[in-house]
Amino acid sequence: MCLAIPARIIELEEDRAVVDAMGNRWKAKTTLLPDAKLGDLVLVHAGFAISRVDEEEAKKTWELFAEIENFEKTRNKVSG
Amino acid sequence: MLMLDRIAQAQDTIAAACRKLGRQITIMEVCGTHTVSIFRSGIRSTLPDGLKLLSGPGCPVCVTDQGYIDAVLQLADRPDCLIATYGDMIRVPGHNGSLETRASKGNVRVVLSSEDALQLARDNPSQTVVFIAVGFETTTPATAVVVKEAAREGIGNFCILSGHKLVIPAMRALLSGMNDRIDAFLCPGHVSAIIGSGAFAEIVADYGRPCVVAGFEPLQILEALAEICRQLAAGKAEVKSIYRAVVTEKGNTAAQRVIAECFDAVDGYWRGLGKIAQSTLALKAEYSQFDAFKRFGLADVPGKDTSGCRCGEVLCGLIEPIQCPLFGRQCTTQKPVGPCMVSSEGTCAAWYKYGRRS
Repeated sequence: MCLAIPARIIELEEDRAVVDAMGNRWKAKTTLLPDAKLGDLVLVHAGFAISRVDEEEAKKTWELFAEIENFEKTRNKVSG
Repeated sequence: MLMLDRIAQAQDTIAAACRKLGRQITIMEVCGTHTVSIFRSGIRSTLPDGLKLLSGPGCPVCVTDQGYIDAVLQLADRPDCLIATYGDMIRVPGHNGSLETRASKGNVRVVLSSEDALQLARDNPSQTVVFIAVGFETTTPATAVVVKEAAREGIGNFCILSGHKLVIPAMRALLSGMNDRIDAFLCPGHVSAIIGSGAFAEIVADYGRPCVVAGFEPLQILEALAEICRQLAAGKAEVKSIYRAVVTEKGNTAAQRVIAECFDAVDGYWRGLGKIAQSTLALKAEYSQFDAFKRFGLADVPGKDTSGCRCGEVLCGLIEPIQCPLFGRQCTTQKPVGPCMVSSEGTCAAWYKYGRRS
């Protein structure tokens, strides 16, 4: 449940942001990261940015998610 | 260093510690996301016999006491209530069905954010929206922000049923006689993003157990296990974060502040662990109009677990899921009996889905 997804802030108005991860975009709030800026990479949990994250870590996590998605697809095929 | 070199180095450190100590080393993870990552990656199968990994009370849905679940279902049966919940809670069975079995009545909504729950209240002024507020420190700030927002905007038809819990009191409870096998903790990555790695210093100081914070990538988990083994072999106990891209020593102070402004730590009930002092967050008196317990005259009382279900012992690391007679028979991910099988991050669900590969 504590899953958090790295995403880039691509729009920001006060504490209302739009974030992007691997082309998926959704709304998030930056209330808990008051000095977050446009273009920052942040970890988003339950609609809130909770911390900053660096490029390398974000990339690794995105790759992991892509891998899991592929793995789940394969499993479903195998198990019918 | 190349990834294969890092894996080999971590494995060497772990093997050397096992040889040196000559006894079973037991490390507990207290984060459902770690549990899933450990199983999915097959890390267990790469570890020497002398190192045992235990899953602890790291899944918020799983540790939520049956009494709370029954209170949720009681509210869901009221025609004047609209229940807003994270998806994780929807299938948890109470003594009389689950939120899922009530979904056809149309008053249960799954939300991805506390903000969505507050928006439901704005959009449905004739109903009282009850937000099922569960989760550890990672999730609590999001609840606190919307409670403050509701207070500021005067949204009277919004309230929360706080089941928010604190990780450290549970770790202390385990070490205070509940499970004396735990040598060290693999500490949660995203809880630590909020509370800071420094928060675990009290576990090291009071119980002499290493506490290492890791992210969720398999290599990082393996390196955290190696760091724990290195400390144990050297007879040391320290706090260390190897999730440096995200976790600082102090954590997110803005998030800590908003939690402190809205909530008080009170004694609370956990599945399996029972009553733990100062472990549960209740809304402060100044926000009592948003407190669903007070609004509906409910009490946070312990509930009775489903007959035969041994989730409580699984959560304390006292038994492995396969030791529960229901596991894989009456209780499966398709038809779960206990919360550790319901939640995708539950220990039983991880064993059921990935166990055969480990």
